[in-house]
Amino acid sequence: MGKKFDKTAKSNAITYGMVVVAWLVMMALQQAGMLSSSTVGLLVPVCIYSIMAVSLNLTVGILGDLSLGQAGFMCVGAFASALFTNLVQDSISFTPVRFTLAILVGALVAGVFGLLIGIPVLRLSGDYLAIVTLAFGEIIKNFLNILYVGKDSHGLHFSIKDTMSLGMEPDGVVIIKGAQGITGTSRDATFTIGIILLLISLFIVLRLIQSRDGRAIRSIRDNRIAAESIGINITKYKLLALTVSAAIAGMAGALYAHNYNSLAATSAKFGYNMSIMILVYVVLGGIGNIRGSVIAATLLYVLPEKLRFLQSYRMLIYAIVLIVVMLFSWSPKARDFRERYSLKRLIHKNTAKEAE
Amino acid sequence: MAMLEVKNLGISFGGLRAVNGFNITIQEGELYGLIGPNGAGKTTVFNLLTGVYKPDTGSIVLDGKDITTLHAIDISKAGIARTFQNIRLFKNMTVLDNVKTGLHNKHEYSFLAGIFHTPAYQKVEKQMNEQAMELLKVFELDQHADTLAANLPYGEQRKLEIARAMATEPKLLLLDEPAAGMNPNETQALMDMIRFVQSHFHMTILLIEHDMRLVSGICEELTVLNFGEVLAQGKTADVLHNPQVITAYLGE
Repeated sequence: MGKKFDKTAKSNAITYGMVVVAWLVMMALQQAGMLSSSTVGLLVPVCIYSIMAVSLNLTVGILGDLSLGQAGFMCVGAFASALFTNLVQDSISFTPVRFTLAILVGALVAGVFGLLIGIPVLRLSGDYLAIVTLAFGEIIKNFLNILYVGKDSHGLHFSIKDTMSLGMEPDGVVIIKGAQGITGTSRDATFTIGIILLLISLFIVLRLIQSRDGRAIRSIRDNRIAAESIGINITKYKLLALTVSAAIAGMAGALYAHNYNSLAATSAKFGYNMSIMILVYVVLGGIGNIRGSVIAATLLYVLPEKLRFLQSYRMLIYAIVLIVVMLFSWSPKARDFRERYSLKRLIHKNTAKEAE
Repeated sequence: MAMLEVKNLGISFGGLRAVNGFNITIQEGELYGLIGPNGAGKTTVFNLLTGVYKPDTGSIVLDGKDITTLHAIDISKAGIARTFQNIRLFKNMTVLDNVKTGLHNKHEYSFLAGIFHTPAYQKVEKQMNEQAMELLKVFELDQHADTLAANLPYGEQRKLEIARAMATEPKLLLLDEPAAGMNPNETQALMDMIRFVQSHFHMTILLIEHDMRLVSGICEELTVLNFGEVLAQGKTADVLHNPQVITAYLGE
């Protein structure tokens, strides 16, 4: 019993350690001036998509429900936090406090959306759930594309038509401009903050999995009928998992919104393609394997960026890499190979030799 | 007083009357058998008792409390636990976690306590671990505590399912064909274990079984179902010599 706890604790410590080491290495390289500006530009997005992969793995790997709308929650979090930052820009000038609050707002609003969307999809599972979440993700993205929000001395004004119909006083400022989105959000996101948010997401998800609530969520994944027969409240725990997952995605969205000058709900950044991309990270990293999600998201996000010199062949190579990784991780010979040359085995061999 | 009292229970699926006018009374601490040919409605009765299906007619009273219309979750809380004909474990969870999930409604701490590992969390988890290990010891599964449930041998999986059901501290335990797929030796061990559960926990047990050796060996009373209706009911020996039962189910 104690052994098992140690094992989980050790595995979690490796996950945190891996992230911290990556942070130290990148910071050191950056200080030494050994990183190109394009690589520096990848640091925050890597954190963002790692957090997204961790959040989606909670839904797909731990709750066992296929969701294709994760980018939609990220979109909600991004817009909510950017709107917040723009509204309080003048009243809260101390950046750390403002950004922390903006992240909380992003997480909270995305969490509420997760809950709201969770309720109608409770009775669905499998392909049906995937289709509905896909649709929700698209609805959120498209709605934000026609949303106009402005602020004047009377307060906030909303419209889904155009700037004129906001009906503001002459002193009013338009904050969300439909398809143009939000521009000029303070760029508060840094690599360090990204790493801290990633660690927080990992902390929440890993601890949740091992708690009483986490056992209930996993039991629903493994056998819904049996879970109900021992009195597990399916509704409650499904909603809990979906809400936490959406809130973490909202956090990633807040990070995203504060990393670029302009934020627009484009298909490339928040559409179903992005949701599927994140699902690819989760699947290749291992469904239910939280550490794997972080590794896969990092490698698979950096790879196509580093392949830019191949120009239009870029996505072709990327696709081939995905297929090879998939084959490699599942073929029996590859598994054999990995077991024979695993780090653990090598260390054991060496210590055995030394003992001789 | 009767632990379970079912009167005139019935359900239809479309035009099919799956169970009709089903009555049963089980005394506290009794080991009761439910037998009958395939398709007679035995598992449907279990599903009615555990709230998976809602009956069209009749009433179910557990330990003096009417549970006829309750949801499956509340029936579990009221005190009925079950196992399944085709084993339903939480396969990707450890043996210990399977039992701890069974303890779910016996303990509580908040979501945040679980995230921040507050003293409340530490205390409750420790209690849950102790109780779960105690149960695993009783079922001789303690050395497998860290094994994934899917990796247990078949017989042990059956045991774990019973252990998980017992973790909910039920008043009535329903076993759906516990000996299915077992060889004679395993069946013998299972019989000993069911008897042990009955005496150790002073448990009331209702079981469905096709293995007549097991049924005649441990059941004190029997109900025979045929085409959704009760064919015979009473002391095991009497029921098994009932000519109608012999024609419908046992054969000459």
